[in-house]
Amino acid sequence: MTEQHTHAPMRSSLGRAIGLGSAKEGVTHWWRQRVSALALVPLTIWFVIGVIGLAGADHATFVAWVRNPMTAIFLILLLIATFYHTALGLQVVIEDYLEREWARLATLLVMRLLSVLFAVRGILAVLKLALGA
Amino acid sequence: MSPAERPLSPHLQVYRWQLTSVMSILHRATGIALSVGTIVLVSWLGAASDGPEPYAAVQHFLGSWIGLLLLFGWSVSLYYHLCNGIRHLVWDTGYALELNRVYTGGWAVLGATAALTVVSWVVGLAHWAH
Repeated sequence: MTEQHTHAPMRSSLGRAIGLGSAKEGVTHWWRQRVSALALVPLTIWFVIGVIGLAGADHATFVAWVRNPMTAIFLILLLIATFYHTALGLQVVIEDYLEREWARLATLLVMRLLSVLFAVRGILAVLKLALGA
Repeated sequence: MSPAERPLSPHLQVYRWQLTSVMSILHRATGIALSVGTIVLVSWLGAASDGPEPYAAVQHFLGSWIGLLLLFGWSVSLYYHLCNGIRHLVWDTGYALELNRVYTGGWAVLGATAALTVVSWVVGLAHWAH
């Protein structure tokens, strides 16, 4: 320990040991952002290659693509990872720029709601196509 | 000087533009752009699941000049955020944090973004023409 305290430290020994900081969540947000980013690297590359192959494709070709079980699985994983990562990223932007408590909270709630809404809409669309309903 | 008048850092009016800060701002800007882009992604999947007519309408819109412009912006944003995101993940492991390597990595990200965008559009448009 190189730290020297000339007077009482601001942080208690217990607080230092638990290591969660003032926001009470420690590195949780940071870590989740990295893990979802790592998952998105292969998923995004797979998706972009797929979309380029589908340029100008008709409906039947598109449906045949989604009906492939691997496509459906990867699309659903992509949607989950994308909206999770998006919500984490937008949260930081909102917390950085919205100072007023109520505005920040309201925007965070709306953003989370829309993220879940779009994710579920996307997953349902993939399931409907994949299961041929 | 009262605390409220104190200049905050970085003081953007007098701050010299540099690759590192511009790329940091661009990472956030492309992230926000991609968040909006996810709505297009879900609309596309949703239209396809609704049937051939809604799907054709979305395809028609994406094939128009404004649709292609949106797709181009989306592809540049995606490749930039992907490449720069990988740069961030490398930094998180403690590597390439020396100033000269931060610059080398930055230029590599810009080069890769440009190359991936050009290759994708050449291949995509060739595919579309057939």
